[in-house]
Amino acid sequence: MSARNSDRKRELLGLYNEPDDAADAVSRLRGAGFGGNDIEIISATPYPEGAFGEQHAKHRLFAFPFAGAACGLAVAIAWHIGAQIALPIVTGGKPIVAVPAIIQVLYEGTMLGAVLFTVLGVLFESRLPDGIGVYDDRIADGLIGVSVIARERRIPDAQIALEEAGAVDVLSKDGSLMRPAAASP
Amino acid sequence: MQEPVTVDRETANRELLDFVFSWPKWFFATTGLLGGVITLGLIIFLLLMIFGLQLFGYAHPVYWGFPVVNFVFWIGVSHAGIMVSAILRLAQAEWRRPVTRAAEVLTIFSLMTAMTFPIIHSGRPWRTLYWEFPYDWMRGIWPNPRSPLVWDPAAIFTYLTSTVMFVYIALLPDLALARDRVKNPIGKAVYGVLSLGFRGTTRQWRIQAIAGILLSALILPIFVSVHSIVSWDFAVTIIPGWHNTVFAPYFVIGAVHSGVSAVVTVMIVMRYAFGLKNFITKDHIDSLARLLIIVATVWLFFFMLDFMFGLYGTEPAEVDTWQRRLMEPPWTAIAIIFIITGYIIPVGLWLFRRVRRNFFLMFVTTVLVNIGMWLERYMIVIPGLERKSNLTFQYGDYLPSAAEFGIIAAQLALVIAGFLVFSKLLPIMPAADIKEGQILRDEIKVGRARVPATMREA
Repeated sequence: MSARNSDRKRELLGLYNEPDDAADAVSRLRGAGFGGNDIEIISATPYPEGAFGEQHAKHRLFAFPFAGAACGLAVAIAWHIGAQIALPIVTGGKPIVAVPAIIQVLYEGTMLGAVLFTVLGVLFESRLPDGIGVYDDRIADGLIGVSVIARERRIPDAQIALEEAGAVDVLSKDGSLMRPAAASP
Repeated sequence: MQEPVTVDRETANRELLDFVFSWPKWFFATTGLLGGVITLGLIIFLLLMIFGLQLFGYAHPVYWGFPVVNFVFWIGVSHAGIMVSAILRLAQAEWRRPVTRAAEVLTIFSLMTAMTFPIIHSGRPWRTLYWEFPYDWMRGIWPNPRSPLVWDPAAIFTYLTSTVMFVYIALLPDLALARDRVKNPIGKAVYGVLSLGFRGTTRQWRIQAIAGILLSALILPIFVSVHSIVSWDFAVTIIPGWHNTVFAPYFVIGAVHSGVSAVVTVMIVMRYAFGLKNFITKDHIDSLARLLIIVATVWLFFFMLDFMFGLYGTEPAEVDTWQRRLMEPPWTAIAIIFIITGYIIPVGLWLFRRVRRNFFLMFVTTVLVNIGMWLERYMIVIPGLERKSNLTFQYGDYLPSAAEFGIIAAQLALVIAGFLVFSKLLPIMPAADIKEGQILRDEIKVGRARVPATMREA
């Protein structure tokens, strides 16, 4: 194997019947020297955070609504006050820009900005849209996947760790079944 | 004690997606019937554009009729969805799980239907765009951008956009589930694109949980603002019976009353039509009925406040309007029917546990509530306009025309058809949410009792 090929990364997916087995696989992968960012647990159902011994997912989702609210308010002010100044209705000496009469629209603009940015934040923090990666439809039926990204030369270590935890199957990036590590030459 | 949903995941997947992947005969018959009624509405709409508002039963000085009543009614129904979904999510009420999606979808379609009524009401739909976006630089005349004609669309557009986004984000896991289960390659491709590659990583689930709470918290103030602004369409005028200071909260709580009732009606229909008996249980209906007792009573309080403030000021026009509403036919009959169907019969029956856990009785009582609440809106809108004011020299009574009834039927059909088509294409129950509830549910022993223990995280 050339040095370039051995440095290339590949994703493996182990499928498990029980959450305990999946948690065991995560421990074994860590024990084999794989970092937290390389390991991913995939399930069709949310499990309590930490159920598989995975790392706490850091995110900045709470910042998005504030940024969105500020942008929404700015756009609402620019649009509405700008329109009133550009098209000055005869007001009999009263101010052209009537804040009390447009405060509702400024409010709606602020909230709309907050919601839209939150949605963008959800997609960004969920790393979506994304290619599906290695996946198996049986996960939808309740199997739990443990995915690991490993350099080519470390693939056998990852496969052994996944199998020793009791994997139903181990799949490679192209979705094909891996031959059991013990049977590999 | 609430009954846990006890079906295995395979059964849950199959039953929750059954309607999406099957084509029952009644679906074609129902959509055909609904399509016919919607077509009738479109024909009336075309006639309206040709002949104008003379098709409606308007008589000077009453130019706000069924379209405005229905606008308020459907905006009201739309409020329940988000109210139920957002508040229950924020409170992390376990029984919310099968309820939320249907409530949110009802919001979307009733809101979309409500948006059509101001266009119909204008009688000249092509001018509506100009009123809403009055940025004509060439003619030197323009509508007032400070008017409720701008507030209303701003609020409704914000609410509709937020609700659609809210539903879409919550749908991602279920779209991924549909992608994994569907056999048809076109369906697989469509669900694949819509699910954006969602695989259910721990990070994605974590963000989903936070997004549900965050978006709920953002949408709740919008939901309050929308019906407040709808109430100000009336309250900023000087028509007697309309400019009461309690109008905003009165409208909001009335909206919640009719909307939550509509959610119960829809859930009972879903239970039988979509075969969801394992997921919509007596507990869900019971819990919603308890909520409704409180909401209905608060609504009655605001109705009494509106009445009291109308009389307390001893303003002749206000007193006269209330006298017309309550003492003069046909309004007396309408007032009696609306109080009996909107409060006395339903709340009186909901006090009994046996009724709250009876699907048929709950269906009937929640339909009654919406009949009552529609009549309430009718009673708010028309009598104040019918009153002869100082400069009205010619006046007549408003009598709704057949065209208006046709429009109402078509809009009701539109909401039902929208809901049905959504349920056909996408899971109407949040499968991942329901399955999460099963995972988190366990039993603990307290003394000699075994009670469900639910772990929550935020």
